Order: sequence, then structure tokens, then C-alpha cells
Amino acid sequence: MIISPELFQQIIFYVFATFTVGSAMAVVSVKNTIYSALFLVLCFFNTAVLWLLIEAEFLAITLVLVYVGAVMVLFLFVVMMLDVKQLKASQLKQSYTKAALLIAAAMLVELMMLFAYKLSGQIPTNELVRQEQGYSNVAEVGMELFTKYVYPFEIAAVILLVAIVAAIMLTMRKRDGNKQMDAAKQININPAERMRVVSMPAEKGQSQVHEQNRGEDS
Amino acid sequence: MIETLKFLIFDNLIYILAIVIGVILTVAYLTYFERKVIAFMHARMGPNRVGPWGLLQPFADVLKLLTKEIIFPKNANKFLFLIAPIITLATAFAAWAVVPFQDGWVLADINAGLVYVLAMTSLGVYGVIIAGWASNSKYALLGALRSAAQIVSYEIAMGFALVGVLVAAGTLNLSDIVRAQEGGIVNWYVWPLFPLFIIYYISGVAETNRAPFDVAEGESEIVAGFHVEYSGAAFALFFLGEYANMIIISALTAIMFLGGWFSPFPGDSWIAQPSIFWFLAKTSIFLYAFFWFRASLPRYRYDQIMRLGWKVFIPITIVWIMVVAVMKVYHIGPWWN
Repeated sequence: MIISPELFQQIIFYVFATFTVGSAMAVVSVKNTIYSALFLVLCFFNTAVLWLLIEAEFLAITLVLVYVGAVMVLFLFVVMMLDVKQLKASQLKQSYTKAALLIAAAMLVELMMLFAYKLSGQIPTNELVRQEQGYSNVAEVGMELFTKYVYPFEIAAVILLVAIVAAIMLTMRKRDGNKQMDAAKQININPAERMRVVSMPAEKGQSQVHEQNRGEDS
Repeated sequence: MIETLKFLIFDNLIYILAIVIGVILTVAYLTYFERKVIAFMHARMGPNRVGPWGLLQPFADVLKLLTKEIIFPKNANKFLFLIAPIITLATAFAAWAVVPFQDGWVLADINAGLVYVLAMTSLGVYGVIIAGWASNSKYALLGALRSAAQIVSYEIAMGFALVGVLVAAGTLNLSDIVRAQEGGIVNWYVWPLFPLFIIYYISGVAETNRAPFDVAEGESEIVAGFHVEYSGAAFALFFLGEYANMIIISALTAIMFLGGWFSPFPGDSWIAQPSIFWFLAKTSIFLYAFFWFRASLPRYRYDQIMRLGWKVFIPITIVWIMVVAVMKVYHIGPWWN
């Protein structure tokens, strides 16, 4: 059987798209929270592969680096530390199922309206524009970010910085009796103030004592 | 069309096998080398019973580990318990795909190579976390949390050090980074990026959980950390992953700061030719330093590790990125003429 590269690509796309959708469904349907987080990791991975297929390799690798390598690690961290009770099926059913279904249906209709009517003219119908070998979209992304989108980019950066500082300030509480180490103080100690080197005459070694005893015995 | 597919599948398979087998054999003899080096520093003999000078010791160890039983702890999550060592090993091997051994000797010459390496090495933490959780043991979980916090912290300093290299070379492609350092020992990035070089290597030691940053194992406090419940082949995979990560950290330091395959000697003689030999020699220096640290430094206290990572390394890297950027803009020689 001969597989053309186009067909090969199609097969890869459908396999990974199925995995993406399947793992995304699993995130919300499995009961174990650890499994839920791990399925989200799988979902990110498959999305990264889909991005690779449209030649956005920098974005794909960054997705893995940032979301899988950093964000999800912290998620797993928190999930492991929390003592989450596994919900029973009956508890799940009665709570918010109806409202959730309603919201999901509304969003589906909205999305369909958006893509089928409003944006149908803007969705590219022809083939993806393939760049020649050696084309670096890393440099392109950098150029666009720092020229055309420099203000949104910088504003996003400042917002993230504010979020970091705020998160640290909110969790840091000074309380009395809190023992903290001052590294500078620890390093700048003078050994002479704390210990005394005593010089004393060497004692007779243990082995020599044995030798003498043996000599006396024989 | 068919030719390209055939090339993609068969040629790449051969390259992958060559790299993986090479790495595994290196790991085997790295353990021997480690024991000999540490024994020498402790004034001991080291392994010397199996084969001449103990040279067959690694194979004896591997056979012993492979024939041992894999014990599952009570109430452990079997699937995750088994998949954790595989994740550790797979990510350690995957990073090798973009490492250039010599000019043109690289499996995947991708443009985002540096980011790819960072992504793959940061994924290794999943093996640790999952192993710690799936073991259903408090020691394993504590070890996993320690290790994960440490890896996440040092990854930031490491990433910033890589940003410095990226600014200096103007490319993310590892082969191009080496080519940018052509022209003799003064052109290597170790000189203009010296603080980043030191920080990258120390962060690499912390990232691989090696001494003096091995609180994740801390045998006196939490026995052996995240892999305390592992035995036999599963433990061997963790071991292999740890050493493969050590080699990749050393190889990357050689590529990014010591000019990869370029020779330190000037001139046209045979010794000045760029070759894979130089790359391997530079990598070996850093591997030796791993063992040197282990034999000579006591373990860091946990708060000291965190302080070093967050309060010392990250500010230094950020300042030095600025310095590098200024040096590059003003074309400071001999690196950016």
C-alpha cells in the first residue's frame, strides 16, 4: 500500500485531534483529580502536535514548555496536597448538571453562529501556505511582537508582573515569633567568637595498646 | 514522495538507535567512572572485581537490576507507578534529538532547538511527581515535592541563562549557536557570558538532583526520596534517566558556552581541526565536575537551595542579559564585531 505524504498528514491530524478531544472530555469526566490533571497534560501535548502540523513549531514547543512544564506542575502540586474526596455519581448528578448543560448548549450555538455565518468568509479555504525549508518562525514571532504588537505585549507583561507581586504580597504574612534566617548574618560570623581550638598532646594509639597487651600475654 | 517517507522512517530510526545506544553505554560507564573517581578522592579502590580493573561492573549491575522483582507497594496506583520511570527516561532521551555532535551531525536540526531542550528537560519532573504520588508512601511523596519545587525553581534561572545565550547568538538553533562561536578559544561564549555559564551549570546540577542539591533523595531524612518504593528494572530506568540528564546538561554546557565541536587550539594542524572529539572532551569535563562536587561538597540545606535559586541566580541572570544585550548592540569584540 502506498501512502502519500498528504494522506499521511491527514491521518496524523485525525489521530491527534481525536486524542485532543478525547483527553479534554476525560479531564472533566474522570473522578480522580490527579487523573484529571494528567489528562489535561495529554490534551496540551496533542494540541502542540496539531500546531506542529501547521508549522507553528515555536508556539507548539512553547505550549509544552509553559503549560506542561510549569503551570501543570504547580496544578499537580496543589492537587496532591489537597485532600479531595472522590465524589459519588449520585452527588454529581443532582448538583449543577442542568445548568451546565444549558450553558454548554448556548456556547455551542454561539460558536456555530459565529463560524457558520459571521466568519465564514474569513476562514481560509485554500491550502496552508507552506514556507520553504530554513524559514524561522521564531524570528517572525519576535519581530511581530516587538513592532506591531509592542503595546499589547508590554501591557500583558506588566499585568503578569503585578499579578506575581500581588500573589506574593497576599500570601506573605509577618507574624510575631516567626523565626527567619538571615543569610548575610550567617555568612558573616567570626569563627573565633564561637569556638576555641585546643591543642593537646597526642594520645597513645589504640592499636599500640593492643600490641603491648599481646606482648605481655605471650 | 515515497523516498522522503522512507528516509523519514528508516534513516532516522538508525540515527535514533545510534544515539540511544550511545547514551546508554555512556551511562553504563559513567557509573563506573563515578565510582572510580569518588573512590580515588576517598583514597579507596572502587570497583575492581568484575572483569579487568572492574570494567565489567556496570554490566553486572544491570543484570542484577533486571533480574530483580518489581515490587508494587500496597494500594499503589499500578499504571502510574509503572509509567513514571518511562516518562523520566523518555524525556531524558528526547532532548538528545537536537544535540549537534559535529557540524551537520544532528538528528533534528530544528530552529527552536533551545526551547525544545528546555521543554524536554522540564518535562522530566513529571516522572518524579507521578512516581512520588503513585507509590502511596509518605517518603516518596515528600521526596517528589522537594524535587519538583527544586526543579521548577532552578528551571527559571536556567531559562534566563539560555536567554543570554539566545541574545548573544541571535538564534535558537543549537548548530548555529556553535557556529556563532567559531574562531578560536576567545570567541567562545564562556567569556562574555561567564556568570550565565556558571549559573547554567550549577542550575543543571540542581535540576538533575545531584549532590550537593540532592535533598530530593536525602538518604538520612527521607531514605531515597521519590524512588524509595522502586526496585529492579523500574529503579534502573530512573537511574538511567538521571545519568542521561547529567550527560545532556554537560553536553549543552559544552555546546552553548565552550564552542561545541571547535578546537581550543589555533592554527591549521590536526589538533586544531573541529571534530566530535572536542565536543566529547568538553562534555567529559563537566561530567567529571558532577562527581567532583559529589565527592567534595556537603548537602545544601533546603532553604539555602531555594534562596540560591530565587534570590541569587535569577537577579544575576536578569542583570547579565541586559549586559549582554548592550555588548551586542555596541559590537564589543571579539564576539560581536
